[in-house]
Amino acid sequence: MNKAQAAVVSLRADALGVSLGSTRALDSVSIGFEPGWTTIVGPNGAGKSTLLRALAGLQAPQSGSVHLHGQALPDWTDRERATRIAWLGQQAETTGELTVREVVQLGRLPQHGLFGALTAGDEAVVDAAMHDAECSAWQTRRLHELSGGERQRVLIARALAVDAPVLLLDEPTTHLDPPHQIALVQLLRRRAAAGVTVVSVLHDLALALLADRLIVLDRGRVRAVGRSDDAALHAALIDVFGGAIRIERVGSRWVPVADLER
Amino acid sequence: MPSLDQQRRRRLATRLGTLTLALLLAGLAAGSDGWSIRGLWETLQQGDAALIVGQIRAPRTLGAWLAGALLGLAGAVAQGLFRNPLADPYLLGSASGASLAVVLVLAASSLTGHGVALATASAVARLGLVGAAFAGALLGVSLTLILARGAEQTTRLLLAGVVVGVLLAAGSDLVTSAAPDALRGKQAFMLGSTGFLSWSACAVLAAGLLLALPPAWRLARALDALTLGEDAARSLGLSLSRLRAALVGALALAIGVAVSQTGLIAFVGLVAPHLVRRFAPAPHGYTLLASAATGGTLLLAADVLARSLIAPQEVPVGVLTALLGGAYLLWLLHRRRMA
Repeated sequence: MNKAQAAVVSLRADALGVSLGSTRALDSVSIGFEPGWTTIVGPNGAGKSTLLRALAGLQAPQSGSVHLHGQALPDWTDRERATRIAWLGQQAETTGELTVREVVQLGRLPQHGLFGALTAGDEAVVDAAMHDAECSAWQTRRLHELSGGERQRVLIARALAVDAPVLLLDEPTTHLDPPHQIALVQLLRRRAAAGVTVVSVLHDLALALLADRLIVLDRGRVRAVGRSDDAALHAALIDVFGGAIRIERVGSRWVPVADLER
Repeated sequence: MPSLDQQRRRRLATRLGTLTLALLLAGLAAGSDGWSIRGLWETLQQGDAALIVGQIRAPRTLGAWLAGALLGLAGAVAQGLFRNPLADPYLLGSASGASLAVVLVLAASSLTGHGVALATASAVARLGLVGAAFAGALLGVSLTLILARGAEQTTRLLLAGVVVGVLLAAGSDLVTSAAPDALRGKQAFMLGSTGFLSWSACAVLAAGLLLALPPAWRLARALDALTLGEDAARSLGLSLSRLRAALVGALALAIGVAVSQTGLIAFVGLVAPHLVRRFAPAPHGYTLLASAATGGTLLLAADVLARSLIAPQEVPVGVLTALLGGAYLLWLLHRRRMA
């Protein structure tokens, strides 16, 4: 991805409505994404993962639309979309006998399709992705031999290897220990600073409040959008979590604190 | 220096090649009086060598390998497609469809006074049975696809396969209760046999393998992507409905051709990919090819054993593969429990 391409990338949801069975998962959600790191937060069942899947083109909306670069998502071919939007889902059960490197190499599939061969340039991207996700050391091990946290780092590397201008990550810190959670936050910041549109879903509010921008989602609707120091955003966060938390300033950062006295 | 994985893959390929050559020779040497290289040499000295070895043992031996290769390939495709190492290639209604079609032909011929038995069928009757089995297998898969409303969802596809399997099996039972004469033929078909394989059957099997293997192999990377989950595969730009349709097509073709020539031979398709994964774990590009080779070797070995164990009698080869395959899976389960 080059900088000029990244600079004009934008992903936009317009009046997005998604129903899953009888549940209205997303209700008229309109939000735009520009280069930088945005985190989506909200209580369980708020529609966070559904929004991310709809943005990735994996969940067809019943109403509204998603536009990438000003063009509706269904108007892109599958491969065109896949080279521009990388997606990592909540950890799904993986099968098969692939090694770590073979899994990360799958991230280059959108570039070449099923029948193309990997070039030296692709291998360099794969190496860089494994380095960034800190999984180069066990690249010859098989995915099913790894611990949950190790496997998550490999799957993050697979998403990074797409080298797309939009990176959508659903709970990427799952199974990661604190040092690797912090390393991932730093990595996302670096990617965002390089012009990538990073959108993540996070349950850990302490990490979410480190993002450039937060979207508070509740019962399928956008409750607030703002920076981590935005008082209105704090109020919305406290409200959607039923007053179970407070947001306090610690040094230059805002952190959530469990409100045990309420 | 080759990696450990590459060494394992080469070792398995070498062993399969050597074993296949040895079994091909054994297949030529296995006759009604048992298994003997000297016997083969003596047969070749006789005037009827061309008939016994060239027209009976050679096509049967080669045909067993080809049918086993089709089953092994279908097993690897099914297990990759359904993301389940216990997926059987006979899922999706192919086996029950083929079985019902054969029973229908047998019952019709019995009711019209032209009784046909598998063992004594004329070339024309045999062609009819083969054609019916093939058409039945494809019909079974088509019914499954219709019931599942296409190949969009794996779970729906699997459930539809189970439902079609049960319904067609019930239909087959109904026909045999109305025309009991078809029961013996049905039983022979269900047990599977390599005993009727001729050169023309080999040609059909080889054509099936040549048609099913290349598209499946070309889609091996899609099966690799599916190991990460369906959403992950779609996010990588893969159109799953088209891929499933192509892979189900290759699977149906492989199974349809194999069962039309040999009947329902159990466990080869299930066990061959397991053996490959155990001895040389690899991406699907290798697993598909090696599963085909392993399936071929397994059925060839079972065929030689079936002919030699109680010669001049034969053990039905399907019974042998079920016994050996079942024992292997039990051992595998036991090992996993111990681990």
